[in-house]
Amino acid sequence: MARIRSHIMVCGGTGCVASRSEELITALKDELKVAGYGDEINVVKTGCFGFCGQGPIIKVHPDNVFYVKVMPEDAKEIVQEHVVKGRTVERLLFEEPEEKKKLDKHDQMNFYKKQYRIALRNCGLVNPEDVNEYIAYRGYEALARVLTEMKPGEVSEKIKASGLRGRGGGGFPTGLKWEFTAKTPSDEKYIICNADEGDPGAFMDRSILEGDPHSLIEAMAIGGYAIGANTGIVYIRAEYPLAINRLEIALGQARELGMLGKDIFGTGFDFDIRVKLGAGAFVCGEETALIHSVEGQRGEPTKKPPYPSVSGYLGKPTCVNNVETYANIPPIILNGPEWFASIGTEKSKGTKVFALAGKINNVGLVEVPMGTTLREIIYDIGGGILDGKEFKAVQTGGPSGGVITVADLDTPIDYESLKGIGSMMGSGGMIVMDEDDDMVEIAKFYLDFTQDESCGKCTPCRVGTKRMYEMLEQLVEGEGSMETLENLEVLGQMIKDSALCGLGQTAPNPVLSTMKYFNEEYVAYATGTKSKAYSIIEEKCIGCTACARVCPVNCIDGAVKKPHVIRADECISCGACFTACKFDAVEKP
Amino acid sequence: MPIKSLDELIKLRESHLKKVNLRETGESTDETVEILVGMATCGIAAGARETLNAILDEIEAKGLANIRVVQVGCMGYCHSEPTVQVNKPGNEPVLYGKVDGDIAKQIIDQHILGDSLVDEHILIRTFEKA
Repeated sequence: MARIRSHIMVCGGTGCVASRSEELITALKDELKVAGYGDEINVVKTGCFGFCGQGPIIKVHPDNVFYVKVMPEDAKEIVQEHVVKGRTVERLLFEEPEEKKKLDKHDQMNFYKKQYRIALRNCGLVNPEDVNEYIAYRGYEALARVLTEMKPGEVSEKIKASGLRGRGGGGFPTGLKWEFTAKTPSDEKYIICNADEGDPGAFMDRSILEGDPHSLIEAMAIGGYAIGANTGIVYIRAEYPLAINRLEIALGQARELGMLGKDIFGTGFDFDIRVKLGAGAFVCGEETALIHSVEGQRGEPTKKPPYPSVSGYLGKPTCVNNVETYANIPPIILNGPEWFASIGTEKSKGTKVFALAGKINNVGLVEVPMGTTLREIIYDIGGGILDGKEFKAVQTGGPSGGVITVADLDTPIDYESLKGIGSMMGSGGMIVMDEDDDMVEIAKFYLDFTQDESCGKCTPCRVGTKRMYEMLEQLVEGEGSMETLENLEVLGQMIKDSALCGLGQTAPNPVLSTMKYFNEEYVAYATGTKSKAYSIIEEKCIGCTACARVCPVNCIDGAVKKPHVIRADECISCGACFTACKFDAVEKP
Repeated sequence: MPIKSLDELIKLRESHLKKVNLRETGESTDETVEILVGMATCGIAAGARETLNAILDEIEAKGLANIRVVQVGCMGYCHSEPTVQVNKPGNEPVLYGKVDGDIAKQIIDQHILGDSLVDEHILIRTFEKA
């Protein structure tokens, strides 16, 4: 096969073919042959670029130049100017509508900007069990540069300048955390990776560990150098066997190549990483509880200050960062803090990975720049709500966060804006809910989780979340009143103000936030107006009697081949009729 | 062999660049076709291991040379696991979703040995990895 030095990708999607892209391909091939480049440059017909309004589209690889509205008559100019002389054809470049600025690089276009992979850059691209593939993608170059060209203080400065903030949920500036830990004098320091991903519905940390474990190792070594630690510890939950396995393989390869161990890159810097398996407690995501668990103590938080940067693991200065945070470090070093700071919003830089789950078409892992709106994530990337139903809300931040409703679909997402609307970034789980979801039940589900995961050390969280859960149960059982609602709110606020750690302080969020946005659903339960009975849609019912036969309390009346009726006051909402009906004639309450 | 300098690291990188160029730009100096199989927990739970085995069996049964099968991590398309990507030299990578053993065999027959794509399973076809 001949050596191909460049590819011209021409869109062969229906839209572009309709605007003569087939002719364009022939014209390009002919012109290339005339110019003598027929063997060196390949014209490839591709699938739809998804930018049909500007068709026909062509893209030149590896230059990454993007031309729009290219006509067969333009083929000669493109070949003569771009291919032969190496100059871009200005007039065919894409003009960004708002800015009227010509953008030639494909990756600068708004359209493709919706997803931008920094933390996930290698996931799905490299073989996680082959360190050489990681190295081929500039792996360990950041570590080499840091060790051979920078002082520890400069590394923290760079991370600070990039604006990177903790991706585990809190959003504390990472560079500052490194600087604090570096400043505390001590004979020994530790750097820990929090891989105790416990937020239901979030799995980005696991994906990074499984797909790109070397990026974590490299970043921890960089962090170790910056803060003056020679030991790194990865605290990972035992429920992630594949992630653990791949991490162990990667650690072995890194040691073999001298990326870990003594005298790394001949600079005299020693660093190694060990793995500590956790039993998977939600509270161990809190850094002081995590540190206690690593020490072999009970996973319970302690009061801050002292912060771990002063007194952490074994009483020594310790820095704890989350997996996704680490995955951002090598690209920041390689591309510079300015590059990273150019992405995102004013106070939240870079990208965030979200795990999309729930009632959404494209369940998956997406990485978008900070400041992307929820609408873009749910409708453009996520493909909208399942079965074409109405969007109701999305829960971000898992059991510590709150709901975002239709009203805030267009709010640019960052740490501050989410807090402003009563939710939080959390680790990035996004659970999408549709019109059928009962918000009181959802809040109850999350509270059940947090009251179960409460470590029991402080009273507000241990007793408070339990009492809140009981109130919600009362409501759902129809035994609550408006007073229950008042008490729920007061108690929730009290727990927020008085709990010891992040788990307790945020546990009431799902309840408080759903009470704020969906108060009518709570009131319906409290006043007993919440209909719990199933009903039959008269027009759809053909009178097959299937529902009446399965009803355990015999509250469905009706003659054969005549529409049936459910006696609402006797219905126990078991749902048996709903399941039995083959004609979608039974409606949920 | 421990690496002791940036130069040594860059040399090592250059010697392995060939391996991944195909994935980045479709460029290759030989005819080796690459099959990437998403083998994160989500993929494996959806049957990626069976898919991988079917691919390996088919390659052996047909005695195919010049095919490299690579296990990779999560590509983010959890709704369509197991996912398989085919990188043919000089072509844009094609990512297939919901690939069970039979579809995998079909991909080898149609796409790799023949030149037609298995249309109904294509997720995305581009160098753009977002």
